[in-house]
Amino acid sequence: MTSTPVHTSTPDPRDPGNEEEPFERASQQDWRGVAGDGRSDEITDAVSIRLRDRSRRLLGDLLRPHRTWLWIVVGIVIVENAARLSIPYLVKEGIDRGIPPIRESGETGTLYLIVGIVLLATITQAITRQIFLVISGRIGQDMLFELRRRVFRHFQKLSPAFHDDYTSGRVISRQTSDVDAIYEMLETGFDGLVTALLTLVGTSVLLLVLDVKLGLVALLCFPFLMLLTNWFRKESAKTYRVTREKVALVIVHFVESMGGIRAVQAFRREDRNQEIFDDINHQYRRANLRAFRLVAWFMPGIKLIGNLTIGVTLLYGAYLAFHGEVTVGVLAAFLLYLRQFFEPMQEISQFYNTFQSASAALEKLSGVLEEEPSVAEPARPVPLDDARGELTFDAVRFEYVEGVAVLPGLDLQVPAGQTVALVGTTGAGKTTLAKLVSRFYDPVSGAVRLDGIDVRELDDETLRRCVVMVTQENYLFSGTVADNIRFGKPDATMDEVVAATTAIGAHDFIVALPQGYETDVANRGGRLSAGQRQLVAFARAFLANPAVLILDEATSSLDVPSERLVQRALKTILRNRTALIIAHRLSTVEIADRVLVMEHGDVVEDGSPDDLIASGDGRFSDLHDAWLESLA
Amino acid sequence: MSSTAPATSPESHHEHTQPSSHPPAGVHSLWRLRGYLRRHVPALAVMLGTSLGGVGLSIAIPLVTKALIDGPIADGEIDPVLPLGLLALALGVLEAMLIFWRRWIQSNAVLGVETDIRHDLYEHLQRLPMAFHSRWQSGQLLSRVTTDLSSIRRFSGFGLLFLLINVTQLIVVTGVLLHMYLPLGLVVAAAALPIIYLSMRFEKRYVVVSRRVQDEQGDLATLAEEGAVGIRVIKSFGRSRHVSEQYDDAARTLHATSMDKVRLSARFWTFLEVIPNLAVTLVLLLGALGVGRGDLSPGTLVAFIVLMLSLVWPIASLGVILAMAQEAMTASARVLEIFDAEPAIVSGTETLERPRGHLRFEHVDFRFPDQHDDELVLRDVNLDIAPGETVAVVGATGSGKTTMTALVPRLHDVTAGRITVDGVDVRDLTLPSLRTIVATAFEEPTLFSMSARENLTLGRADATDDEIAEAVEVAQAGFVHDLPWGLDTRIGEQGMSLSGGQRQRLALARAVLAQPRILVLDDTLSALDVHTEKLVEEALQRVLADATGIVVAHRASTVMLADKVALLQGGTITHVGQHSELMATVPAYRQLLAADVSDSDALEEAPA
Repeated sequence: MTSTPVHTSTPDPRDPGNEEEPFERASQQDWRGVAGDGRSDEITDAVSIRLRDRSRRLLGDLLRPHRTWLWIVVGIVIVENAARLSIPYLVKEGIDRGIPPIRESGETGTLYLIVGIVLLATITQAITRQIFLVISGRIGQDMLFELRRRVFRHFQKLSPAFHDDYTSGRVISRQTSDVDAIYEMLETGFDGLVTALLTLVGTSVLLLVLDVKLGLVALLCFPFLMLLTNWFRKESAKTYRVTREKVALVIVHFVESMGGIRAVQAFRREDRNQEIFDDINHQYRRANLRAFRLVAWFMPGIKLIGNLTIGVTLLYGAYLAFHGEVTVGVLAAFLLYLRQFFEPMQEISQFYNTFQSASAALEKLSGVLEEEPSVAEPARPVPLDDARGELTFDAVRFEYVEGVAVLPGLDLQVPAGQTVALVGTTGAGKTTLAKLVSRFYDPVSGAVRLDGIDVRELDDETLRRCVVMVTQENYLFSGTVADNIRFGKPDATMDEVVAATTAIGAHDFIVALPQGYETDVANRGGRLSAGQRQLVAFARAFLANPAVLILDEATSSLDVPSERLVQRALKTILRNRTALIIAHRLSTVEIADRVLVMEHGDVVEDGSPDDLIASGDGRFSDLHDAWLESLA
Repeated sequence: MSSTAPATSPESHHEHTQPSSHPPAGVHSLWRLRGYLRRHVPALAVMLGTSLGGVGLSIAIPLVTKALIDGPIADGEIDPVLPLGLLALALGVLEAMLIFWRRWIQSNAVLGVETDIRHDLYEHLQRLPMAFHSRWQSGQLLSRVTTDLSSIRRFSGFGLLFLLINVTQLIVVTGVLLHMYLPLGLVVAAAALPIIYLSMRFEKRYVVVSRRVQDEQGDLATLAEEGAVGIRVIKSFGRSRHVSEQYDDAARTLHATSMDKVRLSARFWTFLEVIPNLAVTLVLLLGALGVGRGDLSPGTLVAFIVLMLSLVWPIASLGVILAMAQEAMTASARVLEIFDAEPAIVSGTETLERPRGHLRFEHVDFRFPDQHDDELVLRDVNLDIAPGETVAVVGATGSGKTTMTALVPRLHDVTAGRITVDGVDVRDLTLPSLRTIVATAFEEPTLFSMSARENLTLGRADATDDEIAEAVEVAQAGFVHDLPWGLDTRIGEQGMSLSGGQRQRLALARAVLAQPRILVLDDTLSALDVHTEKLVEEALQRVLADATGIVVAHRASTVMLADKVALLQGGTITHVGQHSELMATVPAYRQLLAADVSDSDALEEAPA
């Protein structure tokens, strides 16, 4: 018990008494800073209850395969509700018609008959309900499965340019919280809504059939119900939006301060963080409070309307019964029906919330699914079995922002088997060039060719088999070290894996890990240093054995001996393949057959390293001198 | 998600437990959090009172109905109709008001509890050391401050209350029914027992299958995360199909389990609706017979059926509430796991008035808390850095350089030996004073989704614009002025994205701005191009002239910033000296820093 945080009585900002006071601190926007609005995909424009076209299209698309079953479900649900709604009516019959014969002559046949029918209705309801729940559940799950699959595959298909913009955080939340919101609605909301609607309609009809006058009086509640529900719907759409915004703030701040706890602690950021967190935590609470209080009005409101209706019906019913215009049975049936009538209404508040989050989620998901990959698969791919690795840039123009060319018009010929080093300052276009070869982007004009074939005409699989890029980003997937290396070649034997790691000097540190190659990187991966992760990434690339290998700053995190080992390995590994090497450090350049010095997207120097150095007055030679100097 | 770290993982025998998704939970877990309810006791009392009042009213209204049917209608008297009818109306209005009152009070109280726990969790988490945070992914922590807190809120607000109310209602109504007409009352009571029993059994199975669904959703989320974060690697190797198939498999498993859940709950809900209906059938049969024989009045029969139906919901929801309780217990156990983690690094009491920055490592050993005794990362590290002096720490990948620098600001604590600043053990200093003296620029810089200014002034909230400009200048981070809104531009994941080099320069500026006596540069310049690196180094010379510095270096150029060099090998410092001196006399050092390939090839071929 001792470790449970204790509440002190000192005044604190969480005092519930301050609830209604405005809590917007001036500092709020200060720390967050300013960002363009286009990036935010939180529901800034009102989530209307109407589903947008594309959401509807997606929904239709997902439902289409289940069309037949949907009709069956509709049939079943109608039978189920009919059975359910018939029971109070039958109770009325039992009271009005079953009892008098018993009183008069002790004849129980009518009663037994009615009770028998009630039993039948009960069993029918049970069976149909069971079937309905299972079938609708299956349809829902099938749709979810299909949706998950589609979204995942689509994200995989979208080009890196999209992912750069969209950020992984959003990709993940599309696939988790958004899909979950739809799951939630399918699981709870759908059944509730269908039942509520059918009950509403069915009950109204039955009430009128039972007794028109009394029925009309009971249905007087309708306009009030409508008004209340309508008000609630509008208001809760508003509060819902605010709540979502606030919870997003809480989550972002929380995840970032925990993810960056090292910096937080090292820079004594705790107090300021706590201040910010308390602020947004409180804002979130206020938003939630508004939502809760809305329900606090709505639910008793429904109850009030219900109770008043029941009361008035009872009063009027008793009056009518007194005059012999209705029977006791009818009155009983009315009371039972009205109960059934108002109960599902209470669930509507629940349903609105799930419905709103689900439709917002659907909106975002359908938006993603309609996103076209900017790097499209060719309609008729050209086959390429054994690439030699000859690369041609033919008047290639590329721009990230329209009108600002990163590569204004590059012509370049790399013969198969050549090792090319790309040198130049940040922004010279080296990485862009590499990304065009691996088709992370497509040129605006001109063409990049592999063995004379435009890379846009190769299907993804072929291109990836031929061209592999290793970057600074050394992402390791959950699984063992060996799994991660095999990512480059899934069917590789252990011997091949070991051969690859040995070649680049990663074998030693791997066997020194607690479980060697079988060490799970998810648990201990955090402790693999940046350099070690880079070595694993290298091994992965070597094992893949591509015709063209691109190394973009791939050795930046290595220490000198490791880098040297890698370079020595590169000498052998690159012997029979084409390679593009981008590096800030000139040490890497030494193994190149050819150096390209780039500036503003153009090649300004081109030659063998020795020739360029020997010339003595070029940019490369200057760089080389500066580098030698730095080593001294 | 958390399911990737099962409680039975090989690490669990170590002194620090791994996060587990389903720690042993029980009523005691919830009970331990009762302190949070304390200041809401009046609210709880109101909630309970209004709820019990509500139960009373929901019983009273059918009884008024009964009086109405049996009195005026049966006896043919019109006079009592109006007062009885108005009474029913008044009771109905009162019931609605009570519900409103309860909900109004409740919303404030339960949200208060949630907000308070979240506040305390955050506060506690910020105090927990790196050793804790490196074991817990932020996702695991996040699910505790969001999902788990919601479960606790739901239960403490609704579940607990309704558990009490429903049980009360069940007992009272059954009593009333028994009193009204014993034989029928017995039928109802008999029907209630199997329902309660089966609800509880169902709830157990339901919890099991829900948990499986949750875990599998977690697995799927992990795959989604890898597919997103690793997208460039996946694309480079053309492995989209492979990962998509993996994802499909996991989604298929989830689909199957979800169907189990659907089937289970379909059976249960059906059952819950059928039993009361069966009871109605039976009550109708026996009741009608009873009325026929004159054993009970028609009004009683109607009231009986209405009252009995009012029991359906309390009984049906019992299972749900119990499931909620179970969930809340698990949630509190998961939350308590965090509260129970002791902040292993606690503040000392001393402060240094005028720190000079004399830093000493004395026989320092270090291993991570979950490592075995013989797996020392650092052993017997000794190093003396005079005030104003700068030492470069050089060592191979994985030799413990970063760990060594993390010990100074006590991101980790030494396992043995001690580190002193001006002769005072860092563990005796208060954490704020120690961390004011020391500032670190990390190799992998962390940026927060806040303004550039907020990111820069992380260590010194009161820095003036001039000081910021100066730090930015030193770190060659002038690009911040060119951002769309200058220093007010939001950067980080939710804002402008920056390149690796830009991020490193910001991190450097951040450390410089803190104006520490001891400045730690943990390979801060690795992502810079040669040109920028040179400019940064020149500027750093000025900063390091005053401060004591530790510079982790991979390159000879960075080493030049230092007055002397310490060579770290296999977790211990083997040589300390001038760069040129070590270059000449220590082959291992030369091998680490001499980047000329042909030269080093020759070296390696020579016998070591």
